[in-house]
Amino acid sequence: MTLQAVRPDAVGLEPPEYLGSAGRSRALSIGLRFVVPFLLLAVWWYGSSSGRIPADVLASPGAVVGALRELIATGQLGDFLLASGRRAGLGVLVGAGAGLLLGVASGLSALGEELIDPVMQMKRAVPFLALVPLFISWFGVGETFKIVLIAVAATAPMYAYTYLGVRGVDRKVVEAARGFGLTGIRLAVAVVLPSALPNILMALRICLSVSLTGLIAAEQIGATEGIGYLVTLAQQYYRSDYMVLCIAIYALLGLTFDLLIRGVERLAMPWHGHVAAR
Amino acid sequence: MNDTRTEAVEDSAPNAGTPDLNVNGPTVNGLAVSIRGLRKSFGPKSVLAGIDLDIERGEFLALLGPSGTGKTTLLRILAGLERQDEGTVLVPPRRTTVYQEPRLVQARRVLANVTLGLPRSARAAALRALAEVGLEGYGRAWPATLSGGEAQRVALARALVRDPEVLLLDEPFAALDALTRLQMQELVAELCARHRPAVVLVTHDVEEAVRLADRVLVLRDGEFVVDERIDLPSPRDRNDPAFVAYRRLFLSRLGVAAAAH
Repeated sequence: MTLQAVRPDAVGLEPPEYLGSAGRSRALSIGLRFVVPFLLLAVWWYGSSSGRIPADVLASPGAVVGALRELIATGQLGDFLLASGRRAGLGVLVGAGAGLLLGVASGLSALGEELIDPVMQMKRAVPFLALVPLFISWFGVGETFKIVLIAVAATAPMYAYTYLGVRGVDRKVVEAARGFGLTGIRLAVAVVLPSALPNILMALRICLSVSLTGLIAAEQIGATEGIGYLVTLAQQYYRSDYMVLCIAIYALLGLTFDLLIRGVERLAMPWHGHVAAR
Repeated sequence: MNDTRTEAVEDSAPNAGTPDLNVNGPTVNGLAVSIRGLRKSFGPKSVLAGIDLDIERGEFLALLGPSGTGKTTLLRILAGLERQDEGTVLVPPRRTTVYQEPRLVQARRVLANVTLGLPRSARAAALRALAEVGLEGYGRAWPATLSGGEAQRVALARALVRDPEVLLLDEPFAALDALTRLQMQELVAELCARHRPAVVLVTHDVEEAVRLADRVLVLRDGEFVVDERIDLPSPRDRNDPAFVAYRRLFLSRLGVAAAAH
């Protein structure tokens, strides 16, 4: 095929400016995610080794790695992670489960909204840390207290996001599903929950990070192992290297949770990523 | 008559857009769109297989074709929403698009939707544009309170207020009820006759194409198989034998044999 020349009276015309977003390669996108963390790490390392950051302000990377080695050698790291993981896992399971149920009930039915929402809004205004003394008097300082505290902390974000997600489901689709005879739990499972899944998974991320906060509070008292216990120890003995190590562990846990939820998102929402403006 | 037309089409298709085709066309001087060797594929599917197209300024062009043939892709390339794989595309700087859905910002009032991205001084022009589409006094209404036809009129006003040199219409009437569609077609014909932008109308509706356009193209398998000038006086009567002949021609080239005979 021979290309015709553009006609001479095509004056003042130009190629259309591309308004879409430029796609970046996957490798570059993953690489870019690491830029800022590595930059911070480099600044920390340089600052410590050049003496610009005194050791009593912030322990050097070397000291923190040393503390980590110590913990691994005594086998405490594994034990602590396991103990904290069990508490957080059970707490989030119970709390997020309750939040999910309440959120769906409140989002789906007017009666549910009237009964549940005001209570949840009041509950949300109460910082869960304010409940610590009360819970200790009820449950003692054992495992039950720790799990209940985390569960209560995880309920609020799951409730709020689920409610929002359920409210955001296309009313017309729900109407059509009702027309096909779906009501109550069947409607929730078949239509509402899958559609609200993006919100629910977002809530799960927040629940997991809230559970870490809960761990610190719960493991300060009546615990001999756990990440929160480690924070308490570092504070008591004024060990700067352990303080930083705890922060690093929390940061890595956060990253792990994020990757985990991303994986779940990919599996649970195969329709995402096929969205194109057409 | 049908046969001779078909032959004429086959003759003219290879030189689509050469100047001699536009002798009877509206002349506002010069070209509004110039496309050479445009290619676009989605995966293994080639939706535009090296097309050439010239659109005169002020020309009303309708683009017909079966679903998934790349009509909308062509329109989106002209709007800059999609990038071509190959070829030259030249358009004037002022282009606006009306989509199948109104695409109004629900959180802003009608007037703010019309002046979206324009300076405050555009208010007066926006009010005029709203009056032109028959929505005088709707400036403070919320988009959610409008009917489908009204919302689409707002979208039309939003396009017009930018005084486009090329107006891109992507099945703008497809989601409207039959009565509203007729009214909207009339309105668009009237507005385009007054403002004379070059228009590219993507549509599935053969009758709509013959009713509104100066020139109708049929896109099939990535190429134009018909490039036909509509030589009918306005307003066009759909019972006019010439109108019926055009409709038959396009339907047969779209592969709808039963309706064509």
